[in-house]
Amino acid sequence: MTEIKAHPVDGLLRTDRIPHIWCPGCGVGTSVNCFTRAIEKVGMDLDKLHVVSGIGCTGRVAGYINVDSFHTTHGRALAFATGLSLSRPDSKVVVYSGDGDLTAIGGNHLIHAARRNVDMTVICVNNYTYGMTGGQVTPTTPDKALASTAPFGNYEYTFNVPHLAVSSGATYVARWTVFHVRQLTRAMTKALRHKGFSFIEVLSPCPTLYMRRNKLGAAVNLMEYFKENAVVQDGADTATVGLESGETIIGEFVNVRKPTLKECYEERMSEALGDEFVPYEGDK
Amino acid sequence: MGKSKIVDTGIHFIDGNMACAEGAIAAGCRFVSGYPITPSTEVVEHIAKRFPKIGGMFIQMEDELAASICFQGAVWSGVKGMTVTSGPGFSLMMEHVGLAAMLETPCVFINVQRAGPSTGLPTAPAQQDIMQARWGSHGDYEIIALSPSSPQECFDYMVTCFNLSEKYRCPVFFMLDETVGHMHGKVNIPEADQIDVRPRINTQRPPGQYNPYEVYEGSVPEMVKVGMGHRIHLTGLTHDEKGYPAMNADAQQKLVTRLCSKVLDNVDDISIIQSDDVEESDVVVISYGITSRIVEHAAELARAQGAKVGTTRLVTIWPFNDKAVAEVASKTKNIIVAEMNLGQIVNEVRRVTGPTFPIHFVGNAGGRTIDPQIIVEKILEVSR
Repeated sequence: MTEIKAHPVDGLLRTDRIPHIWCPGCGVGTSVNCFTRAIEKVGMDLDKLHVVSGIGCTGRVAGYINVDSFHTTHGRALAFATGLSLSRPDSKVVVYSGDGDLTAIGGNHLIHAARRNVDMTVICVNNYTYGMTGGQVTPTTPDKALASTAPFGNYEYTFNVPHLAVSSGATYVARWTVFHVRQLTRAMTKALRHKGFSFIEVLSPCPTLYMRRNKLGAAVNLMEYFKENAVVQDGADTATVGLESGETIIGEFVNVRKPTLKECYEERMSEALGDEFVPYEGDK
Repeated sequence: MGKSKIVDTGIHFIDGNMACAEGAIAAGCRFVSGYPITPSTEVVEHIAKRFPKIGGMFIQMEDELAASICFQGAVWSGVKGMTVTSGPGFSLMMEHVGLAAMLETPCVFINVQRAGPSTGLPTAPAQQDIMQARWGSHGDYEIIALSPSSPQECFDYMVTCFNLSEKYRCPVFFMLDETVGHMHGKVNIPEADQIDVRPRINTQRPPGQYNPYEVYEGSVPEMVKVGMGHRIHLTGLTHDEKGYPAMNADAQQKLVTRLCSKVLDNVDDISIIQSDDVEESDVVVISYGITSRIVEHAAELARAQGAKVGTTRLVTIWPFNDKAVAEVASKTKNIIVAEMNLGQIVNEVRRVTGPTFPIHFVGNAGGRTIDPQIIVEKILEVSR
């Protein structure tokens, strides 16, 4: 019998649910590895970390992280997380979902959670497609790329996701790829420590349903592409980081501190109501 | 510390919507996520004024999809929560009615009904969402729905709604209509210690000895909240007792059967039905909500003309109380169902009594309450 060694982050995973559902070469698992290492690095109290996911391949992340976690409805994880975050100001709530879940069906919730500067971290794994349902076109599918519902190539404009987050009011915004594991881990630690709405776009291969259909080779080919072509531009104007330019600009784009939704609420109510104001403390 | 009273004890002259807000506060609700919609908006307007003074949190979300799940996030942190809407918003909320049914989230939805379909008559009453309350989300599940007929009942039964949601861990609907929502009346709010409020009861089992969907006693699992060390995972997917996805027909059969039976097996405990003068009557009028007050008046008018008429009022609409309705049918010769729609609960009554029992219907397409004279005429016609 071969001895199976424990993985260093096993304690943060629901090992009783392994094997996971992700395909070989999928980048979601790599991002989860970075995430668990970021949790360790920050030294978080695991009773005060809650992961909420929507639906899709990345939406399954909540089911593998060994903290209180919720696998909610398609696109609405952000709204669920808003209620949870407001009720648990001492906790960090993380929404972990995919590009389709967060920018298509969840687009309205994304812009409003960012606008409110809700104290939460959003990890958006962008693999350019709906993987779970078989490779359909998303708002992030590149121009002319094939998808099962774009059999003759995508002809819609593509979302510049970091710019969307920044424009909506997010106070920490970064983009990395699953090739850049150290930088991604570091960004995740910063996001977890950030007070306010932090957002990380993680570019990631979907070898089974996106790359194969588009004859882009194996997952490793996209990793090589990321390695050779991604350009780190910390502080870049997000208006210029759209992927349609053909350039893959990555880095930490925005990192500012602004009062969160809860802080704004408390400030306004204190000002308006004085002694009459009783802050909301959840079930305390 | 604030100076505001949490339970606003005293005699008030307020409308049904405001009475709902006060009832929710008295029941311990401290998180409301909403989206404005006529004719329900006064509920959240009142909550928005009251909550900052009593340690509650109101948030107006970007739409009803968000409003109907945001408060569920708060519920899993340990607080009681609800959302408030009317027809078009109710349609959007169905996604999270299903989620609440599947996660067994204790939660309350208020629907101040207006005439539909679609935008319909936003400022006019109807009782057209009764079947939607029961069947609106996909899949098999059970919910509880109550229908108040006065501002006082808006307060009283609001508390009942929260208590039932805590006890049975399913979506509970408070089905007002525009008339009751905007009707002013005397509302007596008792002292806080005179109000029967069921608190949130979380499991006492330590981590490792607790599964969120294992039923240790009765048919309802023990509730939990985040941060207790249980490392819960809750999913809208079909799940096992641990809460983990279980993608097979046996797990589906076991879970969904229980989601239904925990409500259906407890109809006697849940159901509130009020019957008057049913014994040896020629006809009984079955109704609910505002229509039951009209029926009360119509029955008096008909009795003055010699009719032997009884009334049955469904305070609890869902789960449907088959036994109570069958008993009514056994004591009378005819049943009239009166409701502000083109026939919803009448079909439930017919299902219970069978096709040969004489069932009559008085209704309209919403937009106005039913004229009592129409009900009087029907009573006299049927009992002749």
